[in-house]
Amino acid sequence: MFNALMNWFDQRLPILSFLRKHLSCYFVPKNLNFLYVFGIFALVMCFSQLITGIWLAMSYTPTTSEAFESIQYIMRDVNFGWLIRHMHTTGASFLFAILYVHIFKAMLYGSYQKPRELVWLFGWLLFALFSAEAFTGYLLPWGQMSYWGAQVITSLFEVIPFVGDSIAQWVRGDYTVSEITLKRFFALHVIGFPVLIGLLLFLHISSLHHVGSNNPKGVDIALKLDGKGKPLDAIPFHPYYTVKDLFYVLLMLGLFAAVVLYVPDFWGYFIESDNALPANILSTPDHIAPLWYFAPFYSILRAVTYPLFGIEARFWGAMLMYLSIFLLALLPWLDRSPVKSLRYKGKVSKFMFGLFVISFVSLGVCGVMAMNATALFIAQVSSLIYFSYFLLMPWFTKFEQCQNVPDRV
Amino acid sequence: MSRHLKQSSRRRFLVGATGVMGAAGVVGVATPFVCSLAPNEKAKQVRAPIKVDVSKIEVGAMVTVAWNGLPIWILKRDKQSLLSLKKHEALLADPDSIDSIQPKNTKNTFRSVRSDIAVYIGLCTHLGCTPKYRPELSPIDLGENWHGGFFCPCHGSKFDLAGRVYKNVPAPTNLEIPPYRFIDNDLLEIGYREESEGV
Ligand code: HEM
Ligand code: FES
Repeated sequence: MFNALMNWFDQRLPILSFLRKHLSCYFVPKNLNFLYVFGIFALVMCFSQLITGIWLAMSYTPTTSEAFESIQYIMRDVNFGWLIRHMHTTGASFLFAILYVHIFKAMLYGSYQKPRELVWLFGWLLFALFSAEAFTGYLLPWGQMSYWGAQVITSLFEVIPFVGDSIAQWVRGDYTVSEITLKRFFALHVIGFPVLIGLLLFLHISSLHHVGSNNPKGVDIALKLDGKGKPLDAIPFHPYYTVKDLFYVLLMLGLFAAVVLYVPDFWGYFIESDNALPANILSTPDHIAPLWYFAPFYSILRAVTYPLFGIEARFWGAMLMYLSIFLLALLPWLDRSPVKSLRYKGKVSKFMFGLFVISFVSLGVCGVMAMNATALFIAQVSSLIYFSYFLLMPWFTKFEQCQNVPDRV
Repeated sequence: MSRHLKQSSRRRFLVGATGVMGAAGVVGVATPFVCSLAPNEKAKQVRAPIKVDVSKIEVGAMVTVAWNGLPIWILKRDKQSLLSLKKHEALLADPDSIDSIQPKNTKNTFRSVRSDIAVYIGLCTHLGCTPKYRPELSPIDLGENWHGGFFCPCHGSKFDLAGRVYKNVPAPTNLEIPPYRFIDNDLLEIGYREESEGV
């Protein structure tokens, strides 16, 4: 009876065939490690953000006179409002932490290389969209940090010579951040960006399923097939990886629950304490820093203090910040190495990647600190390393001695 | 598809023409959406000027008022600090306010109409934070060479008491000065514009 019904459906809309193709007959390398669950983690957190976001939007008011009040209302009066809000704020930080590990994994195993360039590019666009999503969302509580953060970041457009002021005003819809800005950020945060993110998630995962997952050894499993054309070193995604992923997802959600219930502000790193004060257009908080996940890029922005070619320092700072994100997109073409995984790349690659990770972390640490001479110096050195990693990559990956990649995993 | 299109130049022309019309349509439809985001007439309206009585401000003190959604600082400077303004000019990026924005009648050493009263838009010319008023000389955190002025906590820009920016800080120009005038001895009107002058 049930089978007959399913068949009836499948002849009209191939749901079963679709599930078979992407689960029980989707072949994945058998040596995928823990780092490969972070893509699933990201999907789970996206879903959580969507649900908690819809619930928050039911009680939130996007006006300058009521935005801050409505957050207090959610926290105190709405049933379980505190829980839903803290899930949303913690979820944003979790999502970025997960994305950073996910990107780290892709860089470690050379997953951006041929034939996964599109997977990488769609992923990169997702990162850009999530940054926009997080930035617009952060203005909504209309606290001190919301207001001044948006003020500083929208002012970044002003640094463009000649047309900068008009662009910044076009983004804000006003001369300073105002209710007009708040309302458009709300619209983008709840409808605009999420729709685009959904579209890109679809593209990211379809392009991945078309070429298949890479693996920690960077071995191309499609080269060794059994008689039936199935890769020898692959196992079906379902049930093997569905069970493994489910197990880790539960662990991750346990950690998530612990943070949401015990340290929702994560000592000021997930919710900044100055944001408990309503926006005051007359006075900036003493220490303004972005949330931790933007800190590395913010550090690069602050690291440039000298004008060059007659153009002011802040222009170069902003350009370098955009460049630092853009260079990531070029990675598939900067890496000329014949091998994918760092395990088989040469010593120079390993050394440079190590330096790169250290520089990124120290940029992050400097970015949340108040500006002082030491932090500035560390940020400048780290920026230099960050950019040399990308700009020197075409040479060191081409000329270094790599190890032999085994032909089986 | 393209094989069929090649067959007749008439068909190719029609497809091309449709494409051009379509593109024009897209631009036409996009225009109102793009323009809709720019500041609207209501936001552009210059709101009424405000009046401030400066006689109540103590020497050395600063008050902040809001005008047009901007923080406006009004500062009463003492003789001593006015005299010292000339001394550290070598440390400044734009001591003569060439590249900075201010009404013509404030383009002088004191950057003010009346030497003791200074009026600034209290937003850092770097990325728009409000700097802190730090009138004291050589405090520990700002060092020996601090002659009193404004310190921006966001990225460390420094301005002197005339709102002039120091060299080698992220802010490129001096603090902006809004249009203002004295209606009366001690009555300041901020946001006043002469008909001919578009500041
Ligand atoms: C919310 C955002 C994202 C979601 C939900 C997501 C989801 C996924 C999933 C489910 C996978 C397969 C499992 C895995 O290999 O971990 C995957 C693979 C991949 N993702 Fe993402 N991703 C996101 C963002 C990104 C970003 C920002 C990048 C890089 C800039 C990226 C690059 C990749 C690459 C290169 C792979 C293939 C990994 C391999 O085969 O070794 N993704 N993604
Ligand atoms: S906003 Fe003042 S130094 Fe950047």
